[in-house]
Amino acid sequence: MASASRRARAAAAARLAVGVATTLFGLVLVTFVIGRMMPIDPVLAVVGDRASAATYAAERAEMGLDRPLPVQVWRYLRALAAGDLGTSVVTARPVIEDIGRYFPATIELATVALALGLALGVPAGVIAAAHRGRWPDQVIRITSLLGYSMPAFWLGLILLLVFYAELGWAAGPGRIEVFYEDLVTPVTGLLLIDAPLDGEWVILGNALAHMALPASVLGLFSMAYIARMTRSFMIEQLGQEYILAARAKGLSEARVVWRHALGNALVPLLTVVALAYGSLLEGSVLTETVFAWPGLGSYLTNSLFNADMNAVLGCTIVIGLVFLGLNLLADLIGSLLDPRVE
Amino acid sequence: MTAEAERAASMPRSVIAARLARARSRTGEIARNPLAAAGLAVIVLLVAVAVLAPYLAPYDPQAQELAGRLAPLGPAHWLGTDELGRDIASRLIWGARVTLVIVALVAAISAPLGLVLGCVAGYLGGWADVALMRLTDVFLAFPRLILALALAAALGPGIDNAVLAIALTSWPVYARVARAEALVARSAEFVDAARLQGAGAWHIIRRQIMPLCVSSLVVRASLDMAGIILTAAGLGFLGLGARPPAPEWGAMIAAGREYLFDQWWVVGAPGCAILVVSLGFNLLGDGLRDVLDPHA
Repeated sequence: MASASRRARAAAAARLAVGVATTLFGLVLVTFVIGRMMPIDPVLAVVGDRASAATYAAERAEMGLDRPLPVQVWRYLRALAAGDLGTSVVTARPVIEDIGRYFPATIELATVALALGLALGVPAGVIAAAHRGRWPDQVIRITSLLGYSMPAFWLGLILLLVFYAELGWAAGPGRIEVFYEDLVTPVTGLLLIDAPLDGEWVILGNALAHMALPASVLGLFSMAYIARMTRSFMIEQLGQEYILAARAKGLSEARVVWRHALGNALVPLLTVVALAYGSLLEGSVLTETVFAWPGLGSYLTNSLFNADMNAVLGCTIVIGLVFLGLNLLADLIGSLLDPRVE
Repeated sequence: MTAEAERAASMPRSVIAARLARARSRTGEIARNPLAAAGLAVIVLLVAVAVLAPYLAPYDPQAQELAGRLAPLGPAHWLGTDELGRDIASRLIWGARVTLVIVALVAAISAPLGLVLGCVAGYLGGWADVALMRLTDVFLAFPRLILALALAAALGPGIDNAVLAIALTSWPVYARVARAEALVARSAEFVDAARLQGAGAWHIIRRQIMPLCVSSLVVRASLDMAGIILTAAGLGFLGLGARPPAPEWGAMIAAGREYLFDQWWVVGAPGCAILVVSLGFNLLGDGLRDVLDPHA
């Protein structure tokens, strides 16, 4: 009996592994194809347009571009497995090193935005569900639809105009004031953690002032998403019989809603949080461009403008991998915490 | 009149009458939902503005007047002028056409593609299903904007390429929705009946399965429209969408960025237009979901 269920679980795990592997391969293949579609000649980008035909041919052979396509895909895969994403034409550093340098800023921004989204979205969703169909529900519904409909780059510009240029309440573009740069010893790469570790409280304050606006822009999106999902999970829970039992027992409405129903809605919410984190990575591209935030999004758009193909493809594949990982994590959390999911 | 006769009298006489009655009751349901009605109004307005652009726009959207550049809101130019002295209101009005064309083309490419692939996968099952669903998984594994960015960069800037890039990132969702519906429909008795009559797989997919998937697909598409508009505007903002001097709203924001702190209206107006239109689609999609997809 037990061995049968274990075998079933092993089979499910094997299926999952095969699924992830094929998706991963497809992801790499799509990136490879996009790379081949690029209007830029990768050989010309290296040797320059005044190179002789012989130099050109030699470089072409060196890059493996004269080999059949399957061989090229295989070489690309092998390089990827070794963590080699090629060299950036703009920074002249390996792309993987650049990504390691810029990624912490994006993670920091996405994390703060997610924290904001959770702090506002969960209570909003709970209140909406508890007052289903009445005015608090409608107000929250319209607010989250507004969040869904907002062009992030535009909201960022307007916030800069109002809170930085007009009111002076928040700091302007960038992650930190220029004269504070490189004063903090990088431990985690996250300024909000490294600054207090160094005892640099002024720098921490400055970093927070820079964080406020971009985090609000991204936070609005995750708030909209989290509030909507919380509402639907809560409505499902509030219709269950144990809620009826809790009310019959004479528990206060607040206790029924916030403790009993929300307690059970938290499990599916965890998967939503993982997915929200993924969409924040995506949203960070435009937001970072507007706020000159030195993260992966800015790096990606800069590379786009400079036709730095290795960097564009490297970012695409890294973001795709992280996205895939987060989706997998969401599934995993769901199955670990909910005994009904096999 | 007996109850029997009453029912007979209210029975539709023909397929067309039945469809008309159903359309009327659905329109009524949408009209009773004030938010959805507001959304519908915005979209009707967008279509009207796009169609009537030559008559509504007070100026030529490309006409430059460098002496009057960056003029504030006023009676001559009620939304001011941009960095080349072009009338912003006229550019917004013509921009409605660009937005509508992008949305319509993306929907026209991605929804039918997703419908066909999803129905084939769901109805045939087996290897076709596994292969097609793996393909959708691959495309869903990329964040949408990132894939669209990389594709648009590979194809080069321009509206047609932006449309293609966005369409290539939108179809998997439709395929998923259509497959789920097809899986339910394939075991329905009327499908068995068609099969017993000797109908081939393609005929069944086209005549029996696809019509059943359409209503979920319409809901999904209307909810997706806002996302398409925002992605297109984002591509335009990054210079990967419409090429200048086309009056594309995202590109207008990018051009006005330099003048943000002193001439806010250059950035403000197109952003409001994007927000209102995408909110309109979201409101309508939300309402349509309640009407067309009661089990969601």
